[in-house]
Amino acid sequence: MNELYEKYIKKESLPTLFCPGCGNGIVQFAAIKAFEKLGIKDELACVSGIGCSSWIPCYFKMDVMHTMHGRALPFAEGLKLARPDKKILIFTGDGDCLAIGGNHLIHAASRNIDLTVIEINNYIYGMTGGQKSPATPEGAVTKTSPFGSYDEPIDGCSLVAAAGGTYVARWTTAHPLQLEKAIAEGIEHKGFSFIEVLTQCPVQAGNNIFGEKSPVAMMARYKEMTYIYKEGMEIPEGKVRIGRIKHDTSRKEYTDKVLQKLEEKNIKKGQSNG
Amino acid sequence: MADITIDKACCKGCDICLSICPKKIFVRSKKRNDYGTNMPEAVNRDACLFCGMCERLCPDGAISVRKTEEEKEK
Amino acid sequence: MDPEKPQKKDKKTAVLQGNEACAKAAIQAGCRFFAGYPITPSTEIIEMLSGEMQKAGGVFIQMEDEIGSACSIIGARWGGKRSMTATSGPGYTLMQEAIGFAAVTETPTVIVNVQRGGPSTGQPTMSSQQDIYQARYGSHGDYEIIVLCPSSVQEMYDFTTRAFELSEKFRTPVILLSDEVVGHMREKITMKPLPKDTGEQTRVYASSPTEDFFQGANSMVEGQLHDELGRRIGHIAPKSGEFINKICSKITDNIKEIADVEAFCMEDAEVAILAYGSVARSAMNAIKLARGIKDDRIKAKFRIVKDLFVRGVPATIQTDYSHLKVGLIKVNTVWPFPEEKIQELARNVDMVIVPEMNIGKYCREVKRALWDKTVISMPKCGGEIHSPNELLDRILEEVWCK
Repeated sequence: MNELYEKYIKKESLPTLFCPGCGNGIVQFAAIKAFEKLGIKDELACVSGIGCSSWIPCYFKMDVMHTMHGRALPFAEGLKLARPDKKILIFTGDGDCLAIGGNHLIHAASRNIDLTVIEINNYIYGMTGGQKSPATPEGAVTKTSPFGSYDEPIDGCSLVAAAGGTYVARWTTAHPLQLEKAIAEGIEHKGFSFIEVLTQCPVQAGNNIFGEKSPVAMMARYKEMTYIYKEGMEIPEGKVRIGRIKHDTSRKEYTDKVLQKLEEKNIKKGQSNG
Repeated sequence: MADITIDKACCKGCDICLSICPKKIFVRSKKRNDYGTNMPEAVNRDACLFCGMCERLCPDGAISVRKTEEEKEK
Repeated sequence: MDPEKPQKKDKKTAVLQGNEACAKAAIQAGCRFFAGYPITPSTEIIEMLSGEMQKAGGVFIQMEDEIGSACSIIGARWGGKRSMTATSGPGYTLMQEAIGFAAVTETPTVIVNVQRGGPSTGQPTMSSQQDIYQARYGSHGDYEIIVLCPSSVQEMYDFTTRAFELSEKFRTPVILLSDEVVGHMREKITMKPLPKDTGEQTRVYASSPTEDFFQGANSMVEGQLHDELGRRIGHIAPKSGEFINKICSKITDNIKEIADVEAFCMEDAEVAILAYGSVARSAMNAIKLARGIKDDRIKAKFRIVKDLFVRGVPATIQTDYSHLKVGLIKVNTVWPFPEEKIQELARNVDMVIVPEMNIGKYCREVKRALWDKTVISMPKCGGEIHSPNELLDRILEEVWCK
């Protein structure tokens, strides 16, 4: 086993429940690399919802909360407000975050509370067996859209950027180095960070949407269909914009605002801890 | 020469390492991992560039690439 | 100053609304995190705590919905802060999944439900006791829960404090099942100081990590059935069964400690009224009326009688109840069902009347426990509480018919 992997992963819980070639493992390793780079294992807790992607932190040797479908964000907000000195990382999926948890995402982003959300987008509901998700491309045939999906996909990054999130980035599993950097940046950023990762689901999305089952071919396709955005650039027609989409350090963070107000009113935070 | 190990208990035989390695060091072997699929094997280890892509892109953290003593001296 | 004498600071009296008393008690019980969403008739709790909580050095957040509120208080508890939320009617329905999550992860937290009439939007400004089953069986799956039912502002204060103690001890969510009448009523209460902390509190837990986050314990909070380290066991049938039994028996085995059932005039009673919540107030007055007990509040009672007269119910006033030997069994912890205590208290009575502001739900449990007695359900829907005369008339009717 990889040494770094061994340091952060609970060996007794292995093997992971991901299918062979699943992109979640790549995101998991990128996150581990980011933790190692920042050296903040004890200062960090992970929260996740329900779905394949939400299983990523369950193997970590740290404080982890594996919560309800779509509700990872409120749990994390409670934890963050109780311990504003610590960092919280949230693993969630496209269905978990954009469908059932959409309202929580909008509100957490507009609060600009210091959380880092890694939204793993595999374009499909993987755990339940390949149903349409909010990110499924229009016209894609899935188990619940036999004549092709009628809905236009929701773009999580644009949504969060519009709602007021202050760090927004999108990468794919084919860009592990950049992803690792983005996760580290997101954790360090004081404010609501949202990182969307396009991952391959060779079993469900591979079969139903992309028509290829090989994880390598899917990763190559992700590389092809994306375009790394840098300021002032124009994205070619039909390509997905990846890279750092928004980085705003001017907006005040929620817990900071609260603490500042309390200080003004001469109230010490956590005077008497319950 | 690089010291490349592949953990039998972790590997699921997804073959990502086979195509991702720029030097094509990994080949499919007949050995089975604990998951029940065919495991890759590292051949031609001298060619390793230590780029670390196999480690990063292995979804199960099964691959570990270390420099051997002589390589470190270089 | 004589240190032995109780100082003024230790014992405070005030005239408070039930909801305000609940908020005050929460802060005194060490609650330092409140998340909520405004809903009638529990809004006063969130209104009061929005300022008070922050003044006490705690955290207040108005969440986007009740689901978020219930989830964030669980998150905050794992961050080491005692936490609470308050809601009513539809909001309580939204919280059910999170209550199940708190039960399975053994998270101590307090949820206040100031009941209003349902179903759906129902009667936002009227009282009811229709959530009595939802409080117990609301979330899916098998679990046990502690539900406290206050009937006065003083009890609203005391039970909130007790709810926090019970939740910490038994590592479980505790529901404070109040109702609109108690929540909006103003009464004089005594705010007693908390008993001194006697060091390390004993915890009763089934099979979950109990260390808060960031203590280096690598706590794994898992909504699936899990072992003591938080590893999932949901796919192993025998272990899962064991887990369910453990999580239920940690409450049912300690029922003697949890159960709080009060008895009034039960020594020689032939008929008992079994009531909980605001209906118990009415039942109490009924007993005073029948037994001729005079106290400070007897004037108030007469006013009620006069009121009825004005409204055109003169017959009830002339009725003589003095031959009725009525007692009251007042259930304060409605769940877990205090079966043994009720059986013991009702040992010598022939008949038990169960008045409730719903279609007669709790009566089913009482019938099961007192299978050898005549148990009569007295439901009343619509949002009005039973009047003492109504209760006594029903008893008279039943006694005559027998």
